[in-house]
This record gives sequence, structure tokens and C-alpha cells, in this order.
Amino acid sequence: MSLKSKSISSKSNLNEDERLKKISPLRVLLNRPELGALGGSILVFIFFGIVAGDTGMFSAYGMLNFLDVSANLGIIAIAAAMLMIGGEFDLSIGSMIGFAGICIAIPAIYWGWPLWMSIVFAFAMAVLVGYFNGIMVVKTGLPSFIVTLAMLFILRGLTLAITRLITGRTQVPGLRVLIEDDPLAWLFATDTFKWLFTWLGSLKLIELRTDGTPLATGIPPSVIWFIALTLFATWILMKTRYGNWIFASGGDKVGATNVGVPVGRVKISLFIGTAVASTIFACIQVLDAGSADTMRGTLKELEAIAAAVVGGCLLTGGYGSAIGAAFGAIIFGTVSMGIFYTDVDTDWFKVFLGAMMLIAVVFNNYIRKKVTESK
Amino acid sequence: MSDYLVQFNNISKFFGKVIALKDVTMRLKKGEIMCLLGDNGAGKSTLIKTLAGVHKPDEGEIIFEDNKIVFDSPKDALDIGIGTVYQDLALVPLMSVTRNFFMGREPQKGIPFLKTFDVEKANKIAADRMGQIGIDVRDPSQAVGTMSGGERQCLAISRAIYFGAKVLVLDEPTSALGVHQASMVLKYIVKAASEGLAVILITHNVHHAYPVGNSFTVLNRGKSMGTFQKKDISREKLLSMMAGGEELDKLEVELQEMDRIHNKN
Repeated sequence: MSLKSKSISSKSNLNEDERLKKISPLRVLLNRPELGALGGSILVFIFFGIVAGDTGMFSAYGMLNFLDVSANLGIIAIAAAMLMIGGEFDLSIGSMIGFAGICIAIPAIYWGWPLWMSIVFAFAMAVLVGYFNGIMVVKTGLPSFIVTLAMLFILRGLTLAITRLITGRTQVPGLRVLIEDDPLAWLFATDTFKWLFTWLGSLKLIELRTDGTPLATGIPPSVIWFIALTLFATWILMKTRYGNWIFASGGDKVGATNVGVPVGRVKISLFIGTAVASTIFACIQVLDAGSADTMRGTLKELEAIAAAVVGGCLLTGGYGSAIGAAFGAIIFGTVSMGIFYTDVDTDWFKVFLGAMMLIAVVFNNYIRKKVTESK
Repeated sequence: MSDYLVQFNNISKFFGKVIALKDVTMRLKKGEIMCLLGDNGAGKSTLIKTLAGVHKPDEGEIIFEDNKIVFDSPKDALDIGIGTVYQDLALVPLMSVTRNFFMGREPQKGIPFLKTFDVEKANKIAADRMGQIGIDVRDPSQAVGTMSGGERQCLAISRAIYFGAKVLVLDEPTSALGVHQASMVLKYIVKAASEGLAVILITHNVHHAYPVGNSFTVLNRGKSMGTFQKKDISREKLLSMMAGGEELDKLEVELQEMDRIHNKN
């Protein structure tokens, strides 16, 4: 026995030498899925720092502006990223946003429900929609692309039809007055750290209105949700058993099932996750605008997937990170707002979005090959 | 109590009109390596899936430690101690050694509802276990995709043993490997058996099976052609018992015939 193990260990020493040569610290860093998006974000900030540094983009007000846009996209991008790591897509995110919006507005305005009840109702509907998406994909084995594409049309159609049937219009205004004193709505409609901005304003460190109050009044709720969800998703993915199951379900469905991972349950819960994230998005936007619009969230599903892909998620599943998706959302949010501060025509934003995605996919593909290459 | 750790008695499995398995019997003692030999289509895969609890046998019984057992799912088989390592190994190349090792059975720590995956403990166990078979995993967070085929096979076997397998069912563990890698895996299988596990080694490669096996069961077209102790059968005999053997004999005769005719001309 001792002889045997000796011969094996001498072989492994040899392997160790090979590995030492192969894996440099740079390669280790390159293997992190979020690296591309982090680097991209830094480049974007440097670019706008040079081009638009003196335009007010980086004033408190300007920064909150593009952070708000990034955060809104980030909330759905993180959920989309987790689902993608789990090996599936959700194209119904955008439609779910519109649907959740009217689920809040119609009961609150037309049926006289308290606002908190309509918010709970919207989340309950989200769980149902997510569960339905998940169970369809898991039970039929159909690609989630098709199932959720169908859901995209169904939800958008339902949203339009129901709203017009009940209200005769496509918009439901009048929510703003209901926010005050509501026990739940403040979660999605309160600016935080107001004291900080008042203080900064009193020191004349940030821009003031003519009446002396600061132009930027506080951190918008989207940003708080965004940060909280990024941390929560990262904790789940890296630090919990369920997180390992998400990677396993996306990496190899059959293998994961064979070693006892409840792949079906994991996927269904991730579909519920994207629908719930869409509803958080809807709550924030509807309460901020004071009205629900049937077309709200159109094309958001593609932006969320784009942010997740730029953030390092593989289209084939099993690899990616929530932090990466968060940076992906920051890149898109910053550029979409930042472009207003430059001389560049805003029409070019979509060109940038597409080019960015292409680069990200090529880069991700290269990384995956490196990671799975056997020695 | 009988001598056998596990017995598969007269197992039959039908898919519609197709008889996939008919009256297959295998009995294993602790520490025994039984090689299950058969050509493609002999019914090896169906038999493995029946052992692993994926299929329910239509006839016959499974007796484990003198108790009659019925598996409702692969999990039942795992729970009583039949660990199956499939050909695809159930490893995710993009995931780390540790995350693969504990996939589906992650150790946890912390308070209820806020339990976390105990990564440090998992890393330590995975590195330890791999070290025991002589695979030095310097960094257990490295992706499995960077390991060689033999190392991956050993990782999958080691995982099955760590999670309490008493009977190890190995599906073609050496088929995709080179000579050196295959011998590394076979060595590990012998070591596992010497520690008291019963091993069912499924293969179509007699040259890999013969040196390590204690007994040999040959499967042909869904039927067992019998179980033979090593002392009772030679490698050549075994080879010719597999359908491939007969075919090859015929082929040899034909070739000789052709040669003869060719030389005459």
C-alpha cells in the first residue's frame, strides 16, 4: 500500500508543478465572472469623467439620477442573473412589471382597497405567475425561452385588456395621495438619508434650489433595494446550500438530479424570484410616478438579460454572479443617463448597448473555455 | 444472516414488449469486486438504473443485508448505501472541486433559517479526501473542468464513498481514459474494496476488468450468462463469452479464409 501511494503522490507532485506554471494570479482574477463588468464600469466612469466631468453629471443630483436608473434596472437584472445561473430565461419580466403595476393601481383606485392590500395582492400575483412559468418549464421540459415568451404576450395582453375593461383607459393615475400613512407603501416610496442631504446643503456642498432646500433630497428607494438585493443574492449564491443548488441546476441538470439536488424546486423558486423582482420594480415606479401605465416595463426583460450577460452570466447556465449583474446594470444606467450630458446624440445609446453585449458574450465564452479546459 | 451484503435475485425489466433484462442474478459479499461485462445493448445500462433505483424491476427482488428492499426513487437507493457513479459522473465542470463534492449534500452551520454553507469545512474535507487517493488538490476552489479524466472519476467515486456508499456501482469508469489514467482509477477501486465495500464494476473492457475483479457476470442480450469466480475462468474465455468475442472469432476465421484464397491466387 505504501508503495502504491508513493507512486501516486510522486505523480501528483508533477501535476502540482504543471499547475503552478499555469495559474497566475491574473488568471485567477480573470476567472471571476464579475471582472468584465467591474472593469467596464470603471471605464465608463473614466470616460464620462473626462467627457462630462464639468456638466453636473457628477453633482449629487446628477449622480442620484443615473444611480436611480441603474438601480431600477439592477433590481430585475439580479433576479434575471440568478435565474440564468440556474439555467433558464425569463422573457416575461417586462410584462410582469406592467401587470404588477395595474394589480396595485386598479384595486387601490377602483375597488377602494387600502394601498398596502393592493401591494400584497400584486406580490401574490407575481408568485403565481412565477410559479406558473416555473412549473410549465419544469414539467414540460420545454425551453424557458418559449414558455416565457408566451407569458410575455399573455401578461401584456391581460394588462391592457383588463385595464381598458375596468377603466376605459390605459393609464391609472391618482395613487400619490394614497401613499401617505400607508403601512407598506413607504418601503417603495421613501427617500432615505434626507438629513445627510439637508446637512450637505446647509454647508453649501451640494446644489440648492432657490428656496434653499437641496436639489437632491435623499437616496431614492430604488438604490436601497438595489444594494440590499445585490448583497442578499450574493450571500445566497456564495454562502448557502440553496446557492450551490442554483449553480448545480444550471451547470448540469441531470447530474444535479442524480446527486439529490431538487432541480425542479430550485428552478420554480428562481422564476418566482424574477416575477417578484419585477413587482418590486413596479411598486417603486408606480408609487414614484403616482400612476400605473399598461406599457410600463416594455423591453425591460431584454435589458435585464443584457445586464446579466455583461455581468458575466453564461447563456448556458451554471456560471455568473449577482455582483456582476449589478455592475452590468450600473454600466447601462450610467451610459443611458450620461449620454445626455455629452454632445453625442442619444440615439447612439442602443448601439452602445448592443456592442457592449457582443463584447461581453465573446469575453464570457473565452472565459468558459479557459475554465473548462482540462489539462 | 447470509454471507452476502447485497443480492439481486432474478431481476427482470420490460419496456413494453421489449425484454430489457431477464432473470439476472448477482450476489456480492463485502470487499468483493464483481465485474459486469457485456457488449453494447446487452442491458448494462438498464441493470445499473435498476440497481440505482431509477427503474423498478418488474420481476425479482433486491435483498440488502438480509432485508428485502423496494426502491421508489434514486434517493432510496442512496439512503440505504448503494452509491452509483454514472458515466457522466454528475460533475459540473464550471463548479469547484468542493462545490461538486458536496453538491446536494452541503454541510451547513448557523442558526435555523439563516444556515450557511460551511465552505471552510467542505474545502477541508474535499481536500482531505482527494489527498487520501493521492490527488493533491492545492486549491479546492479550482474548477473541476481543470482536472484530468481520471481525477474526475476518482472525485466522483470518493464522493460516493464519503456519503456512505456500501455498495459502489461504477458505470464504465475507465472507458474514456488512457492507460495511465485508467490504472489510477482501477487502483483506487481495489483500495475501496479492500476497505470493505462491495463494488459492481460495469465495463466492456475485459483487460481492465480481469486484473481487479473477483467474480465476473456476463450479460448478453438482457440475460445473464452466469457468474464466474476468477479461478474458474480465463481472460480469453471471458472475452469470447461476450457477444463481441464470438463475433471476433467468426471474423478471424473469415479473415483467415480470405487470406488463404488471396495467397492461392
